Amino acid sequence: MEEQPEVVKIEQKFPSWRDMLKPVTEKDFKHGFYHYPILKRDAEYLKDYIPFGTRDWDPLDKDWKLPEDWKERFLNAFKDKLEKYRPFKLYMDICVRCGACADKCHYYLGTGDPKNMPVARAELLRSIYRRYFTKSGRIFKEWAGARELTEDVVKELYYYLYQCSLCRRCSAFCPYGIDTAEIVWRGREILNSIGVTHRFTPISIAACARTGNHLGLLPGGMAGALQSAAEDIAEITGVEIEVPINKKGAEVLFVAPSGDYFATPHWFGFMGYIMFFHEIGLDYTWSTYAGEGGNFGTFQSYELAKLLNQKIYHEAERLGVKWIIGGECGHMWRDKHQFMATMNYPLPSTLEDPVNPITGTYFENAAESKMVHIAEFVADVIKHKKVKLDKSRNDHWKVTFHDSCNPARAMGLFEEPRYVIQSCCNYFYEMPEHTIREKTYCCGSGGGNLTEEVMDLRMRGGMPRALALKEVVKKHGVNFMCTICAQDKAAFPILMEYWKLPVEIGAMMELVGNALIMKDEEQERTLDLRGNPLKRGEE
Amino acid sequence: MPELEVKGKKLTLDEDGFLQDWEEWDEEVAEALAKDTRFSPAPIELTEDHWKIVRYLRDYFVKYGVAPPIRLLVKQMKKDFGKEKGTLEYLYQLFPQGPAKDGCRIAGLPKPTGCV
Repeated sequence: MEEQPEVVKIEQKFPSWRDMLKPVTEKDFKHGFYHYPILKRDAEYLKDYIPFGTRDWDPLDKDWKLPEDWKERFLNAFKDKLEKYRPFKLYMDICVRCGACADKCHYYLGTGDPKNMPVARAELLRSIYRRYFTKSGRIFKEWAGARELTEDVVKELYYYLYQCSLCRRCSAFCPYGIDTAEIVWRGREILNSIGVTHRFTPISIAACARTGNHLGLLPGGMAGALQSAAEDIAEITGVEIEVPINKKGAEVLFVAPSGDYFATPHWFGFMGYIMFFHEIGLDYTWSTYAGEGGNFGTFQSYELAKLLNQKIYHEAERLGVKWIIGGECGHMWRDKHQFMATMNYPLPSTLEDPVNPITGTYFENAAESKMVHIAEFVADVIKHKKVKLDKSRNDHWKVTFHDSCNPARAMGLFEEPRYVIQSCCNYFYEMPEHTIREKTYCCGSGGGNLTEEVMDLRMRGGMPRALALKEVVKKHGVNFMCTICAQDKAAFPILMEYWKLPVEIGAMMELVGNALIMKDEEQERTLDLRGNPLKRGEE
Repeated sequence: MPELEVKGKKLTLDEDGFLQDWEEWDEEVAEALAKDTRFSPAPIELTEDHWKIVRYLRDYFVKYGVAPPIRLLVKQMKKDFGKEKGTLEYLYQLFPQGPAKDGCRIAGLPKPTGCV
């Protein structure tokens, strides 16, 4: 007998506004939803940024062993953030609780938990803001939607601030443009100040501060991965490529997310980068120090983001490159596009405004940060017909494109990847309109949630995307979802397994690598980058 | 935190059964980790093929500070076991929960993190 699938129940609850003020505590924390606490080893390493992390505590304990003066520290940190970040103060004040964001959150849709509505998530902090920083809250207390800061409230904040993937779909629908990600960041920062942090991101932050990348790959490992990818390329295309690493005086520095060096299906996109740059003859280099585009510091605090970010400009200066291309990474682009230049002001004087040496295009949009997205760069090269592409090599794929949250909503990168994909394959289908472009759904695992212990949350949060994908699988037989974010590539294969969708996940650059006709290629290609036989012209 | 007793010594594991301190590992610890059913549905009987992979993971980790990419591991398997057995499918036969969850755990490596 075939095994019956487990039914995922979504329980919806509609509590009164007074009930909403009652904190959810460790007694109600559910497995698969709460995060493990920070490891002592990482807390020790990051103690200047996350104090008190080395104490013995567990989110399921009644006593979280907060520092004695935690309340004072919490409120001081809160005050500090209000003064430092104007948008945060604004977002604390202006919400009218219209509820337009409520059903836009993938976590709310997947869990039905009313506190996962973006408005409610922000209210967790707003209620404290009202009590301690506004007159009406001080006087009317609960009747003004204010509440006392207690240990239980801290527990609730920990539970729900780490159930947000910072995808900002809600802010696309908010009539005021309130950015919930900004609120959640500030909330996590405030929790950091009393040593309440989860485990997953600090591991990578510590590794990144030490080695330059989230995985903790050492230079030899990175060079080995690049070499191994070049071997794979030689096996499939017959073209021998020497990959430039830490090459001084190159024109361009290329920075990919470290997942690309390591994991599958990232790997095939990784091969795609190397093939493409080789084919157009770009004078570029990889770096074993600035070997990570992503920045998990962004999920934790501004200071940590800055700590990890500066390495890219340092390395650009050391190598003497003119500008930088960034790879298929998600949150990297919120970071690089919106904060990077001001975070690290002034920029090294060796950098110049990006101009594509192959086509002569001046990237005006990247003049401030000197960083160009790989999709923009490749689209530019293809538009100027500087490479030859054979679309039929991707005939075994029926492709759809998942807009990764941050390139879409933080950069407005909609057309470039689509242009590249459509130039590289014959069969391309869009998912329903309300699930793509600026309205794209999150994979459910972003923002520091890409960890085993919150698997239940991740699979539920990915449900809206899975349903949208199911639609095009049924209608058009889509079997390949292209995405330009390393977390997506790690998260989706598990999601496909869970929601039973026969779809492979891959990179934009994988499709480019497949379609790319290389000058030195002597024989007709028979395999795609995954080693599958090609099926040209077959429906 | 869960613990594991080997030769009268108590070793600390994390919530998913990974050794907290990778330097505490030796072959007897590996045997004990493989038999620990708290973190895998069934105990794993370590054969010579298992050991080859575990030792490769271990050597790579000591050299480069991180577990090898899966594709490198499969390439190595092709060298060690030949084309027939040098596949991802065979790897999953040996380690049912996958090379990261079972392989790295038994080899005493920390769980890989980041966007992977």
